[in-house]
Amino acid sequence: MSGTLCIDGIAVPFSDGQTIIEAARTAGVYIPYLCHRPGYAPYGSCKLCTVKVNGRTNTACTLPAADGQTVISNSPDLQHDRQRITQMLFVEGNHFCPSCEKSGNCQLQAVAYHQNMLDNHYPHFYAQRELDASHPDILIDHDRCIFCNLCVRASKEKDGKEVFGIAGRGIHKRLIVNSPTGKLKDSDISVDDEAAHVCPTGAILVKRSAYLAPIGERIYDHHPISEVACERAVLEAGAATGYPSCDQTKLPQNGGPDSHYAATMPPAPDIKHGR
Amino acid sequence: MYEHLETADPALVESGKLKRVAVDPVSRVEGHGKVTLLLDENNKVQQARLHIVEFRGFEKFIQGRPYWELPVMVQRLCGICPVSHHLAAAKAIDQLVGVDPVNLPPAADKLRRLLHFGQVLQSHALHFFHLSSPDLLFGFESEIGKRSIVAVLTDYPDIGLQGVKLRKYGQEVIRMVSGKRIHGTGAIPGGMNKALTKAECDYLKQDIAQIVIWAEAALQLVTKVHTSNLPYYDDFATIRSKYLSLTKPNGALELYHGGIRVKGEQGETLVDHYDYCTYPELIREEVRSWTYMKFPYLTSLGKTDGWYRVGPLARINNCDFIDTPLAESARVEFKRHSGEAMVHSTLAFHWTRMIELLHCAESIQALLDDPDLLSNDLVAKGEKRHEGIGVIEAPRGTLFHHYQIDENDIVTKANLIVSTTSNNTAMNESVRQVAAEYLSGRELSEPLLNNLEVAIRAYDPCLSCATHAVGKMPLQLELIDAEGKLVDTLIRHSSGEFIHSSA
Ligand code: SF4
Ligand code: FES
Repeated sequence: MSGTLCIDGIAVPFSDGQTIIEAARTAGVYIPYLCHRPGYAPYGSCKLCTVKVNGRTNTACTLPAADGQTVISNSPDLQHDRQRITQMLFVEGNHFCPSCEKSGNCQLQAVAYHQNMLDNHYPHFYAQRELDASHPDILIDHDRCIFCNLCVRASKEKDGKEVFGIAGRGIHKRLIVNSPTGKLKDSDISVDDEAAHVCPTGAILVKRSAYLAPIGERIYDHHPISEVACERAVLEAGAATGYPSCDQTKLPQNGGPDSHYAATMPPAPDIKHGR
Repeated sequence: MYEHLETADPALVESGKLKRVAVDPVSRVEGHGKVTLLLDENNKVQQARLHIVEFRGFEKFIQGRPYWELPVMVQRLCGICPVSHHLAAAKAIDQLVGVDPVNLPPAADKLRRLLHFGQVLQSHALHFFHLSSPDLLFGFESEIGKRSIVAVLTDYPDIGLQGVKLRKYGQEVIRMVSGKRIHGTGAIPGGMNKALTKAECDYLKQDIAQIVIWAEAALQLVTKVHTSNLPYYDDFATIRSKYLSLTKPNGALELYHGGIRVKGEQGETLVDHYDYCTYPELIREEVRSWTYMKFPYLTSLGKTDGWYRVGPLARINNCDFIDTPLAESARVEFKRHSGEAMVHSTLAFHWTRMIELLHCAESIQALLDDPDLLSNDLVAKGEKRHEGIGVIEAPRGTLFHHYQIDENDIVTKANLIVSTTSNNTAMNESVRQVAAEYLSGRELSEPLLNNLEVAIRAYDPCLSCATHAVGKMPLQLELIDAEGKLVDTLIRHSSGEFIHSSA
């Protein structure tokens, strides 16, 4: 099925089999995500991409796009929830951006900027997780894992191996390595595997590659994640000719269905594209 | 000299004959420096201690981290000279990847030097800006002294603003090389992560001639202030000491890389061109019960005699010459003024700091014409090693970074000797000297506290309390008797407000 849906007042075309998040992204409309990755099967665990579809809450990365859907993404309520989700991720692990080698290239950091996250809001957990530096070329800093499952899926679906898994629940959740010792060096991962490169944070790193990209040449140095996530050409076209709009009464500001947080909300981020 | 004052006769303390002027670590006011003075019943200073607690725990904190994080992580150590830590750590991790200083590509070596000159320039300018404020007068008790300095300052009406601009320029050098004014990246194992572009180079060239002129004016001002009241400047908080610094192989002043030179009180050379990679044999660190900060000393001379001073005064005293012309003639004039082989005046730190400021400005000017800065041959490679040592002359003095790593690239051991630690004994000596000579027989008073500030500040210690303008350094004194009873408290907050409460 293909057709058009309406996201925050913008008419977004979609093609057969696309999820809402992918339809949006290809049309230059950014819906924040962390456990999703273009080219990967829908997963739906981080809930960052939560939107209202015809008034109901759904994860945009799992719900197939359908003709005539009315999607609200950039409402104050939803942005508020996204900020809180991001803050929870920060306090649950140890994300010390100033000295993290992933800084400037980190999707979690970029999402935090996008969500105007200025503090942690929640008390810090001070998680105590061990580093696995056993592999000669790959480092796991468990402190920075947000349990997005991308490495698990990459290893299984892209590399045809099963190097990673997530064990435990809630606060005891942890990334485990499938090897006799539980150490990465005894697994069959190789530095060329997609699983070694897919981590959106600084949890799985290729050793000795830190800070090679100078400040100014890192992924998010000049463009916010809302732009980096989309095709440049689409954004340029959108900026030049404007985005096609759909029914203006369907904008979140104009009587969108949710307003229960509105009074206490932090300002919604200033999204540069799409609207 | 004043060593007897550090630990008072226990019998006197026992008998209650001594009152203690103390700032206890527990009751320490956040961000305040503190001085302990132990007085006897006649209010004569028996003991003086400067308490420093800033550096605890960092060596533990970096254990267990991969070594390539170090140059960026250690920048958190110091808000004033993060770049010096960045570069000292970078020199150490060069060795971890098998690259010795001589094998660094010329472009990387010169970019790091440029970065470091920018750092020293901005740090010295910050210090100078404090000094150039009319608040310089705080702590000076003689009316004649005050008047002569006011007279000097009126000849330099724009000096405060120039101090700010000098600092800004140093920060721009840092930003061009490392990507950010503070906490940039830049140095990576075996080299640098980017060259300068032609545009960046041209941008820095625009103002450098002016910067050299302002640096000369700053130096002139400090020289005049010092020479306007020689007896005071040469005696206040002055101690005769040994001096430790790096020098170039030809004996010239060096800030980025060289061998260790130590000179004695009379200028006799005790150690020369010493390879800092074996510094653990040269220097030991003594732990004393009353402070977390260690007391380094030269192993061969022992705990009592082995202490030394580092920093601008040490570097200018130790070097045979400076390889930039304006700074060199200033050095000659400086050495001549005392008539001695070594200048021991503690307030001469300010003078030498400005000689170095000028040297940095001149060096930046020369470097900016070097085409190597634009070269993209930036990283050298070598065989992995398990131990790396990096030593640099930070604005405040010689800075040691020493790391050991395991087969998985993880830091197992770290040892840092920051310049403020090296000056620990000396600062205590100076505080004791001021206390013994200026404060005996007085009650806790504002001039007392001001004089202590002047002595401490000469060393430009990397303490948060020292980042305030002259006369605004937050300091805390408490008068406690031998039984630990609080008799008197004097606190000065950074607002300049005094709180004096007698119990
Ligand atoms: S290691 Fe990275 S990719 Fe794997 S689950 Fe954790 S955050 Fe996701
Ligand atoms: S991106 Fe949709 S749930 Fe994570």
